[in-house]
Amino acid sequence: MSDQTVSDQTVHDQAVGGQAAPLLTVEAMSVRFTLGRPAARRVFARRAAGRGEVHAVTDVSFALRPGQVLALVGESGCGKSVLASALLGLLPANARLRGRAVLADPAGAPVELLGAPEPVLAGRVRGRLVGLVPQSAATHLTPVRTAGAQLVEAVRALRPAVAEPRALAEALADRVGLPRQALDSYPHELSGGTVQRVAVAMALAGDPPVVLADEPTTGLDRPLVDRTVDMLAELADQGRAVLLITHDLAAAKRVATHVAVMYASRLVEIAPAGQLFTEPWHPYTGMLLDALPDGAFTPIPGHPPELTALPSGCAFCRRCPDVPGYAPCTDDPGLIRVGDRWVAAHPPC
Amino acid sequence: MLSATGIVAGYRRGRPVLDGVDLGVAPGEVVGLAGPSGCGKSTLARVVSLLHRPWAGRVSVDGTVVTRFRHAAPASLRTRVGVVFQQPRLSVDPRFTLRAVVAEPLLAAGADRATAAETVAELADRVGLTGELLSRRPHEVSDGQLQRACLARALAPRPGYLVCDEMTAMLDASTTAALVRVVLDHVRDTGAGVLAISHDESLLAVWADRVSRLGGAGRPGAGGGQQEPPMTRGTQSA
Repeated sequence: MSDQTVSDQTVHDQAVGGQAAPLLTVEAMSVRFTLGRPAARRVFARRAAGRGEVHAVTDVSFALRPGQVLALVGESGCGKSVLASALLGLLPANARLRGRAVLADPAGAPVELLGAPEPVLAGRVRGRLVGLVPQSAATHLTPVRTAGAQLVEAVRALRPAVAEPRALAEALADRVGLPRQALDSYPHELSGGTVQRVAVAMALAGDPPVVLADEPTTGLDRPLVDRTVDMLAELADQGRAVLLITHDLAAAKRVATHVAVMYASRLVEIAPAGQLFTEPWHPYTGMLLDALPDGAFTPIPGHPPELTALPSGCAFCRRCPDVPGYAPCTDDPGLIRVGDRWVAAHPPC
Repeated sequence: MLSATGIVAGYRRGRPVLDGVDLGVAPGEVVGLAGPSGCGKSTLARVVSLLHRPWAGRVSVDGTVVTRFRHAAPASLRTRVGVVFQQPRLSVDPRFTLRAVVAEPLLAAGADRATAAETVAELADRVGLTGELLSRRPHEVSDGQLQRACLARALAPRPGYLVCDEMTAMLDASTTAALVRVVLDHVRDTGAGVLAISHDESLLAVWADRVSRLGGAGRPGAGGGQQEPPMTRGTQSA
């Protein structure tokens, strides 16, 4: 099923002439973790039973185009951050990858990220083709050097041809609205929002066409969340592509052009943001929106399934069957394309 | 009534984080506390949960003025005020199973194991933890599942007041809604008072009966802990 879906998507990408070619195309990507060392598994056979393999990402396909802010949303523990780490080659050694993730390079041949060797990822991809805005900017910076020194270092490493790295660092600071005096401060002297700006400026140091933001707003208060995501939206307006990974639906609502909803390691719905928020097709999307304080504030009953023991078929309907108001479940977890939207198991009739 | 009057508190001499703040939480009432990052919300939470001695001012629990804080606070007062912190991972012993995390305050208060196990089972059911999850350790569960355990732990001694310091900031929408419902059910069932600290105004609008605001520099916001009309939610029992 997933093969069918992927080829559909590829055809779709070629057919739509008006849209820019995707900068990042992910096809049937899966990530599995094997738990424990073999020896430990024998000794602790009882504890290892049933938790041998974590299915963190299963058959994920999407395309990211210039100008898009694609928000990847879902409950904590659904595999969002693993997906981000996989794209940057930052997974631990016990991860096994399947599928393809092709990143366009304006200056050369496309890079296939999942199979790329470390020198390619370090030398061409990280910072240069994909900028990462990390989850906790304060812990991402070294505490013993000033923000400016670290930003200049990033510029030197990523753009060795630039004659005046300090001037470029200041230009980057201006671009993200970072006051000049903040560059002379140590990270602990800066507020959470300011440190977040330093992190965004560093992500932009190599002028990457794709920006990957992994929970960039955790722990920030609402005005700072709004400022941070607005900044990401500006990057998309400048022709970059932004993948915003977040559990904050309000933030996603504010800036996303497209939304992908992830549940239990799979994407269950991808749609233009406006359509998804006004008319969700998958019951999980709908119930996630209902859980917001300005919605019905109703929690989703039950727990998400363990990623070590995922049910086959539609994982959500095992947790919460027959939600009224949604198309009946076909129990097929592959994404089905309807118009410019994709949905799993619950295509509208 | 859990009340704090004229609280001046801080961590470094000469730099108070809170400067003359008043706060009152009546039984059966959910008081929201909002304010920008760094305004002293968490410090106030630590003061009213008896975890931080204020430099000046008075904290009283149901009329008893608190004179000793932290470990020196008498157990009878400490168990009257429960607290849930923002980061569940930093507030549990990583060697404990979730069952032990929830049972700890009961055993510390002298409950026997059978009674404690019964109470833990009942609490786990309320916060939505299964027996299988209870047997795991913190690194084996998600933030949301761990925060459920932390809320169960705070509710275990049946506190008269509950302080929720950014309890839901790390959580997704569904877990947030679930935990806030558990707190509101506790208010309805026991008439407890709640101090709900959050920077999410839309959350406080549905959670709290009234919202106080802390301005910058630890001073009460305009109007000195201004009051908004209580939301009609039917939890007011006092």
